[in-house]
Amino acid sequence: MRLRLYRHRKMLRALLFFAFALICVVFAGPVEPVFGNTDGVTSIFRPLSQPAQEIKELSLLVLAICGAIFVVVAGLLVYAIVRFRHRAGDEASEPPQVYGSNQIELAWTVLPLLIVFVLILVTSRTIADIQNRQAPPSAVHATVIGHQWWWEIRYPELGIVTANELHVPTTDGGESRPTFIKLQSADVAHSFWVPLLAGKTDLVPNRENLMWIAPTRPGIYLGNCAEYCGTQHARMLIRVVVQPPDEFQQWVRDQQQSAAIGTSSAEGRKTFFATSCVNCHTISGTAAQGQFGPDLTHLMSRTTLAAGAAPNTPESLRKWIRDPQSIKVGSLMPNMQLTDAEVDQVVAYLQTLK
Amino acid sequence: MASQEIALTANTAPGTSLVDRLHRLVATVDHKELGLMYIGTALIFLVVAGLMAVAIRLQLAIPNNTLLEPEVFNRFFTMHGTAMVFLVGMPIIAGLGNYLVPLMIGTRDMAFPRLNAFGYWMFVFGALLLYFSYLGAPGLNGHGSAPDVGWFAYAPLTGRAFSRGHSTDYWILSLLLTSVGSTVSAINVVATTLTLRCRGMKLMRMPLFVWMMLVTNFMIILALPSLSAAQIMLLIDRYLGGHFFDTQSGGSAVLWQHFFWIFGHPEVYILIIPGFACLSEIIPVFSRKPIFGYPVMVGATTMIAFISFGVWAHHMFTVGMTSVGNTFFAVSTMLVGVPTGIKIFNWLGTIYGGKIRLDLPMIFCLGFLFQFLIAGLTGVMLAVTPFDWQLSDSYFVVAHFHYVLIGGLLYALFAGFYYWYPKAVGRLLNRKLGLWHFWLFTIGFHLTFDTMHFSGLLGMPRRIFTYDVGRGWEMLNLIGSVGAIFQAVGVLCLAINILRSLRHGKVAGNDPWDAWTLEWATTSPPPIYNFESAPVVRSRRPLWDLKHPEDPDWKYEEAGSGEN
Repeated sequence: MRLRLYRHRKMLRALLFFAFALICVVFAGPVEPVFGNTDGVTSIFRPLSQPAQEIKELSLLVLAICGAIFVVVAGLLVYAIVRFRHRAGDEASEPPQVYGSNQIELAWTVLPLLIVFVLILVTSRTIADIQNRQAPPSAVHATVIGHQWWWEIRYPELGIVTANELHVPTTDGGESRPTFIKLQSADVAHSFWVPLLAGKTDLVPNRENLMWIAPTRPGIYLGNCAEYCGTQHARMLIRVVVQPPDEFQQWVRDQQQSAAIGTSSAEGRKTFFATSCVNCHTISGTAAQGQFGPDLTHLMSRTTLAAGAAPNTPESLRKWIRDPQSIKVGSLMPNMQLTDAEVDQVVAYLQTLK
Repeated sequence: MASQEIALTANTAPGTSLVDRLHRLVATVDHKELGLMYIGTALIFLVVAGLMAVAIRLQLAIPNNTLLEPEVFNRFFTMHGTAMVFLVGMPIIAGLGNYLVPLMIGTRDMAFPRLNAFGYWMFVFGALLLYFSYLGAPGLNGHGSAPDVGWFAYAPLTGRAFSRGHSTDYWILSLLLTSVGSTVSAINVVATTLTLRCRGMKLMRMPLFVWMMLVTNFMIILALPSLSAAQIMLLIDRYLGGHFFDTQSGGSAVLWQHFFWIFGHPEVYILIIPGFACLSEIIPVFSRKPIFGYPVMVGATTMIAFISFGVWAHHMFTVGMTSVGNTFFAVSTMLVGVPTGIKIFNWLGTIYGGKIRLDLPMIFCLGFLFQFLIAGLTGVMLAVTPFDWQLSDSYFVVAHFHYVLIGGLLYALFAGFYYWYPKAVGRLLNRKLGLWHFWLFTIGFHLTFDTMHFSGLLGMPRRIFTYDVGRGWEMLNLIGSVGAIFQAVGVLCLAINILRSLRHGKVAGNDPWDAWTLEWATTSPPPIYNFESAPVVRSRRPLWDLKHPEDPDWKYEEAGSGEN
């Protein structure tokens, strides 16, 4: 009997120690990246745009309520376990047999209901606030179309087509200039998620969804496709480039230009237009008007290739054209079986597409 | 596990040669043997799908890892999820129900013994078919292998244009078969519970385990048709030129999501309510008190069942529903938290004032209570629609549902194993190995899944086969992967314990825990006819009445039936 009692005490101490150690190790570690101001980290708790900001405020309230519930209930549990643990001599008799209590049951039904009521009020207010926002006249309108596994980005009013990097202007203090984004899909379901700017919204084929962002700080914001969409779901990255209004205007003007026709790369140009590249890619102002792959008119203005799978450097461009599978397994871009010389020429041509 | 089933069969069957045993295995209609076969088969798949999870964790341990090819990784998480839900969760629950419900209600077998065997074999056939996809699914040009569309198989990724070969067909057909198995098994449990209770066992005298099994099996009958119908529609799309989900011809991708989650959300409760069932038996016995608020527990379970059919679209908050739709499903989802909370409070009320024996089943129950509390609270966070817009399809969700299904359900099932193993085998599981199992598994569980909450908050989406450096995910993923190893070793301890204790465990006797429900009134293992004479009960705790004639429950129940 003694042995048994000893074991229980040891067990209890171990349990408590474990709980404490757990809180220290697992929970304290990520506090800095989640709540701190670490570079490159996309924590939903340090947003830099509406509506992510509003979501954060609601989330912190919910977190606080849930945290309080946890502390109370877990505290009661620990107290009950320690206070009513088995002791020497307990075998002699059973504890008082209590079958229940209507008053207590009522209390712990009503209390959660009240909490739920509060949560419902704040939740529905935030839902309506975010979802029913109307676009002001100054808003920028973009359309993002999901493809396996890249993002087509269009600005119908500005006549711009690009890919994988969404440029938007900042919202100045005085003039609110949010970007409203129409979401569509060309094949399967995807989801647009840039945690620092907004919650995610799905891109569903045969359907048009709408979301909006209103970032205030210039910078590059990273995001992912958040709905499983096939082999390269992991390599379907988004970059949102937030620019001050004048920089954004400059970018718009640059993008509206037709493709530059350089003389230095005539060989590569010939190769490009002689192979099937043109069936899938558009280069505005030329015969290349394909719709299946990303628009290449201003390819060099983008920082990554293949939706973030590789940096946009001549070397990775060369590797990508020679064998897309070597950078992105499963990519739908075919290997055109070009010779090394042809690859070099095409790369030289593509590099003129500034 | 096979050896366990065979050994058990030998106790009751006359023939002992291998052929006799195998024949008995395939021909048996005994609810206890089928129950153990269900559980044994499910445990095999637990190991298989668990090893797939370990492989997934190894791939994610470091950024830009190349251990698994993307296609292999995608198959692994699809097979892991599908197998864990349909080949582990559902059959273990069917097994527990099969084994325990007749014993607890004092009857000799299920209402339809042969239907019972049919259900089991349908499940086995479906399960083998799912894994056979690795060999059978490749089609033209080598497309297709094991399913790789995720366990909820969103359209139109499952259409012929995007899922070539036969992987999706295997996914559909194998689940249709296991669904048939689950449905007939559910019908059987419901019929047994409603018609075969021993004398004196009114509905409100049934053990809570039986009540919750009754509710969960009703839910199976109501929820599975939605999945089966959707799967058949998908088959029509794939082979008969239908366009239900074929968006290229005007079909609806969202329709699939509705169909799936009308099944899928009740399914979550179908899985967790049997966990509640185990807890509601074990906690009272090891606290030495009756369950606190029995009628409220029954009511709360029923409420959960009803509400859970009205919350499905909280899986679809990001799909672009109207603000009214989003609000409705946020409200219903939060409401389901209320009866769930009531249950946690009632278990707490049971512990409070008791004399808690920290034996293995109870230790796992306590683990459940803490972990399920966290799981419930993260569930509330996910119900807050705008919060969900950030968290949905991130690792936070992965952490949440693994907290529910591992931290909750699996802990309850572990508790159940340690509690009822002596009844089924006649020997106790080893305490020391059990403690190793508990500590290794618990440490591993928290390393893996606590960290996932944070990687989700840091923007890590689920189902990605790799990730880049620089977004704060590296350390969290590494810790998570180390945790997976701990869990695997923990489960190994359990496996060794189960096999070793078959022959070397301490002899249990009929009633090793000094418990109160009818299954402890017969021998361990029970004879093929369960009870020599049909028992008669007068209260919810018949064995308490027997052991405490001076203070029987029926006195209280008859006197104060209005009181409670």
